[in-house]
Amino acid sequence: MESCNCIEPQWPPDDLLMKYQYISDFFIALAYFSIPLELIYFVKKSAVFPYRWVLVQFGAFIVLCGATHLINLWTFTVHSRTVASVMTTAKVLTAAVSCITALMLVHIIPDLLSVKTRELFLKNKAAELDREMGLIRTQEETGRHVRMLTHEIRSTLDRHTILKTTLVELGRTLALEECALWMPTRTGLELQLSYTLRQQNPVGYTVPIHHPVINQVFSSNRAVKISPNCPVARLRPAGKYMPGEVVAVRVPLLHLSNFRINDWPELSTKRYALMVLMLPSDSARQWHVHELELVEVVADQVAVALSHAAILEESMRARDLLMEQNVALDLARREAETAIRARNDFLAVMNHEMRTPMHAIIALSSLLQETELTPEQRLMVETVLKSSNLLATLINDVLDLSRLEDGSLQLDLGTFNLYAVFREVLNLIKPIASVKKLHVSLNLAPDLPEYAVGDEKRLMQTILNIVGNAVKFSKEGSISITAFLAKLDTLRDSKAPEFLPVLSDNHFYLRVQVKDSGSGINPLDIPKLFTKFAQNQSTGTRNSGGSGLGLAICKRFVNLMEGHIWIESEGLGKGCTAILIVKLGMPERVNESKLPYKPKMPTNHGQTAFPGLKVLVMDENGVSRMVTKGLLLHLGCDVTMVGSSDECLRLVSHEHKVVFMDICVPGIDSYGITTRIHEKFTKRHERPLLVALTGNTDKVTKENCMRAGMDGLILKPVSLDKMRSVLTDLLEHRVFFEAI
Amino acid sequence: MDFVNQLQRKFIDYSSSLHREGIVDDQFTQLRKLEDENSPHFVMEVASLFFEDCEKLINNMAIALEQKQGVDFKQIDECIHQLKGSSSSIGAMRVKNACIAFRSFSGAQNREGCLRCLQQLSHEYSLLKNKLQTLFRVSVASRCLYVCLVIFCRENEPAEPFPDVLVFQLEKQIVAAGGSIPRVH
Repeated sequence: MESCNCIEPQWPPDDLLMKYQYISDFFIALAYFSIPLELIYFVKKSAVFPYRWVLVQFGAFIVLCGATHLINLWTFTVHSRTVASVMTTAKVLTAAVSCITALMLVHIIPDLLSVKTRELFLKNKAAELDREMGLIRTQEETGRHVRMLTHEIRSTLDRHTILKTTLVELGRTLALEECALWMPTRTGLELQLSYTLRQQNPVGYTVPIHHPVINQVFSSNRAVKISPNCPVARLRPAGKYMPGEVVAVRVPLLHLSNFRINDWPELSTKRYALMVLMLPSDSARQWHVHELELVEVVADQVAVALSHAAILEESMRARDLLMEQNVALDLARREAETAIRARNDFLAVMNHEMRTPMHAIIALSSLLQETELTPEQRLMVETVLKSSNLLATLINDVLDLSRLEDGSLQLDLGTFNLYAVFREVLNLIKPIASVKKLHVSLNLAPDLPEYAVGDEKRLMQTILNIVGNAVKFSKEGSISITAFLAKLDTLRDSKAPEFLPVLSDNHFYLRVQVKDSGSGINPLDIPKLFTKFAQNQSTGTRNSGGSGLGLAICKRFVNLMEGHIWIESEGLGKGCTAILIVKLGMPERVNESKLPYKPKMPTNHGQTAFPGLKVLVMDENGVSRMVTKGLLLHLGCDVTMVGSSDECLRLVSHEHKVVFMDICVPGIDSYGITTRIHEKFTKRHERPLLVALTGNTDKVTKENCMRAGMDGLILKPVSLDKMRSVLTDLLEHRVFFEAI
Repeated sequence: MDFVNQLQRKFIDYSSSLHREGIVDDQFTQLRKLEDENSPHFVMEVASLFFEDCEKLINNMAIALEQKQGVDFKQIDECIHQLKGSSSSIGAMRVKNACIAFRSFSGAQNREGCLRCLQQLSHEYSLLKNKLQTLFRVSVASRCLYVCLVIFCRENEPAEPFPDVLVFQLEKQIVAAGGSIPRVH
């Protein structure tokens, strides 16, 4: 600013210049006044401006400068002293303020500069924070996505849903163009395209598994960037400019048996699936680390979810299988129960129904045998009887076997003659053997007890069966039956390891050996012999005519008798030996009375009362004669009947011990006969005793009888007991007169 | 087996009714005791003999009483005596009593009385014959039935035993038929 000291005329000829200066000063003053106003306005607006004091100073400075310039306007013309003094004041002030301001600025400007640097610094910081903020946000977003994906993946146990969801969610999260899953095939040599995001129906693309890129991916558990030209990545239709980046990650497929949580990553033989993710083409996007991490995490989760799904599938399958098996077993059990029930019903019915008619036939045939028959008829009846006996035996065998198996059969123990059993067997088998020209020999050891306690019938049945078999299967040669007491060493036979006999005082072991020289048995067939219904086929196609039950029943009987039975044979054509050991009891008392049980007849006392006593009965009345005869016959007497006195006299002899005479009949002189008999037999001991039978109950008759020389009198009717006592008395006392 | 028991009961009732009604007496029971294995049909034989005899005698007596010329009471007496003897041997009590009654009339030579008695006698005789024949039929039938039923249902036994005689016969037949007699105490 220049203070112009020149004395200026009023509008000199340089007033153009003056005018310009005038105007400039004016505008400067204007500006100088308006700037502080603006400053004030802006300071008011910004509350944070820290240097108000500076601004005030500056404002003052500017105002004063403006004032100066304004006052300068008046100095262009002649001006008074006041103006000059004001001008001077103004300038002085202005000078002061400006100096102060200048001084102030020196202090302030570094501050202001440092504010700037601080501002720059803050901006950088803000930018940095923003960046970090963005990172965190993306991470958080990634985490959210992972959680969401995991949730989606794990919310279902269905394999397909899991995989589809994975791809969809991944595609959405990462904004992928294409996402694909390659599963290994059954053979393990190829990868098959199983699921894709965009393509609806993936074609059965396969890629061989031993590709270097694939191997690379499989060998690391990280997501690997692969080239878009790799076979697994060539999924999109070609023709785009710039294919986006592709990342592949392995998805371990866990087998049920391999699923152990601790050594999860270190499993050696693992199958992997390949997940391929492609960024959209023509975008400049790159795979970021967090995205790769997301992909890895997702791949692991998928693996876990798939294994869960696999476990579930497995257990569902197992459960279904079990249910099927249960149903099948149930059915089988029901069928078995039905079969058993049917068999039991059958047995129960057959047991009764079959035996009853058989016995009826046998009983009535034997009754028929005792009637009068022509020889032809007799032959027929005998045949009927034999056949029905055979049939009854067969039925009994079958029913016995079923009872044996049920365990309901019990032995009928009793004392029997052991020797007799063998003799009986021999007698039964001899006819057949002699027809076949086989020689049968029986050898009983001398120390074998004669009597034993056991089931005679079944023992005989067993021995007979064995001997019968020996005869049946021998065409020639001899059969020898030996029986002896089995000692401890012979009992412990290597052939019968499970047979552990126990010796005790009231039992003994009978050992029977039946050796034949017949066709023999193949040693391999021996175990089958004792199974029921199994016929020995190797002996040829000969129809042996048995039911195949015989040996099975024998074995069961022998087992019941706590014994053992087995067959030894050296081979076909070399004969065989059947050995039988049974446990029999010792009888306490070898007593005749314990011998074969005979059905007891009602004891007839009178039967042996007067055996053979010769008696003569004289009675004209046929009926009473018959009655008396019956009486005396019942008492065992030898009765001669006569109907008249002449006959009586003719037939009476000294053999007759008693003569019964009916003296009721008029016309018969009983007394006369008495006399005549007395005459006939002079010797008293030769004479038969004469007894009168009368219905007259008067004393006269009695006296007459006594007088006539009768030895006795009995009143009719005579009861059996009376006759018995009369005879007893008579024979003892030689006289009997009934009290009348 | 109820059926057999009923039959048995019937038999026993019937035979006891015979006793009760006086048709037969103790002697008949004695006769039944005489049946054994040697004479299995003793009673029937005696009874048939008696029936023959009785009929003959009654006929004779009827003829004698019809005689216009004169009734031969002596013959009638003889017949009666014989009949009395037979009937008492067999135990036909009512017949015997009828004979005794007859005898008194014939002794008195009362023809009317005799005729009446003869009628009575015939009546008693027919009654006896009927009853005895029925008895025999029942006993034979039940015997057969007993055999059959014991053969067919071997476990069961009739509740009460038959009269000893029949039991013995039945047992014998059953044993012969191949069955067995369970002992009953």
